[in-house]
Amino acid sequence: MTDLDVIYFDNAATSWPKPPVVLEAMNHFMNKVGANPGRGAHRRAVESGRIVYAAREAVARLVNAPDPLRVVFGSNVTEALNLALNGLLRPGDHVITSSMEHNSLMRPLRFLQHRQVELTVVPCSPQGFLEPEAVKRAIRRKTRLVALNHASNVIGTLLPVGEVGAIAREHGLLLLVDAAQTAGALPIDMQESAIDLLAFTGHKSLYGPMGTGGLALGARVLEGDLSPLKRGGTGSRSEWEEQPSFLPDLCESGTLNVVGLAGLEAGIRWVTERGVEAIRAHEMALTRRLIDELRPIPTVRVYGGQDPERQTATVAFNIDGLAASEVGLRLDEENAILCRVGLHCSPAAHQTMGTYPAGTVRFGFGAWNTVEEVDQAVAAVRKLAEGRP
Amino acid sequence: MNTLEYSVILVHSTSHAVKAEQVLARAGIASKLIPVPRQISSDCGSCIRVERLHVQRAQHEMESAGLEVDGVHDIG
Repeated sequence: MTDLDVIYFDNAATSWPKPPVVLEAMNHFMNKVGANPGRGAHRRAVESGRIVYAAREAVARLVNAPDPLRVVFGSNVTEALNLALNGLLRPGDHVITSSMEHNSLMRPLRFLQHRQVELTVVPCSPQGFLEPEAVKRAIRRKTRLVALNHASNVIGTLLPVGEVGAIAREHGLLLLVDAAQTAGALPIDMQESAIDLLAFTGHKSLYGPMGTGGLALGARVLEGDLSPLKRGGTGSRSEWEEQPSFLPDLCESGTLNVVGLAGLEAGIRWVTERGVEAIRAHEMALTRRLIDELRPIPTVRVYGGQDPERQTATVAFNIDGLAASEVGLRLDEENAILCRVGLHCSPAAHQTMGTYPAGTVRFGFGAWNTVEEVDQAVAAVRKLAEGRP
Repeated sequence: MNTLEYSVILVHSTSHAVKAEQVLARAGIASKLIPVPRQISSDCGSCIRVERLHVQRAQHEMESAGLEVDGVHDIG
């Protein structure tokens, strides 16, 4: 399956390759179905609606969301986070987040600050760890929401969403979790972890195509409290000129990316059949091997907690005396190792880690990667670190 | 000649109709998603058609699954 020409370690940006079943499902939709779901009720339109519903069910089952009809689809996790934040927060509300957030969460929050939403950014340790008690201490009378990533896209560090969920629930707050790096990569249970809004992307650890993602809503999020990002045709209540008030139509105006959702459903099916736990164990083994091999190299600096149990399969490092961009370029040109370098759209995280503005090199493993690939990469990094040509 | 009598159950949207189809299939009630008859509503979506004989049970099954029923109408 794996392309012998490259070693693909950029799975934290998007997973590759996609499982064959994903391509088959997308091909089937394009060739054999093709109709618009919910617009008209001929057999193909109904079939298209069934495909979308199957994708809702797949997401709901994977993350234990209470109802497939409360899974709202959009184009990516950024849109889902914008829907959650812009949709819920009103002037005067207070929101708590962490210092390890991606700009997909941080930028909408900084924008909302200009609209009189108050924001507390709770500092994390340089390894990216967040103290749940620090979130508790930040709670004020007007706090409405806690918004956190489940795992850092830069160093993979997991945030304690379950503990924070319990605190949020105890104080009557909502918890929004950005699961861009974790949905499909490790078990998520919205109900057990008291997650009220879970934003996900389809093209990373769910192995679907780009252009898919969404927001799964728990039972505590009331439709009336959620203002949609856009309004328009939904195929339902066509006689009304007002937006429907029910989910998912409230937040799904315009034709959905059904070919993408067909692929997403197949991707989740593939992940489920392999088993999230089995994928997690495989990725943890690769992560452990990389960390254990890189750490003894004197000029290599590995960031984060360096404990596979407490992070995703994303590892950030630098080589003394070499810019991250130079390392990335040479790994690509000399070894066909594809990774990501720089700030990873997360200036706050790099400030927390002490790697701003230089950034880091990031390896992100996926289900297809092998121990042999990790060993080849370690040899390539060692060569660069030792200054050998 | 088809002598069966049918009713249609209206729900919010096609997403809800697909969920209803599954709920009814699990309950052993045959159903079909059809366009909402014009004489009932000008909605452009789909509704659930069941044999009139089963309509009360179908409605009960749907409501038990958390699906709000917008209306029930007998059709020819």
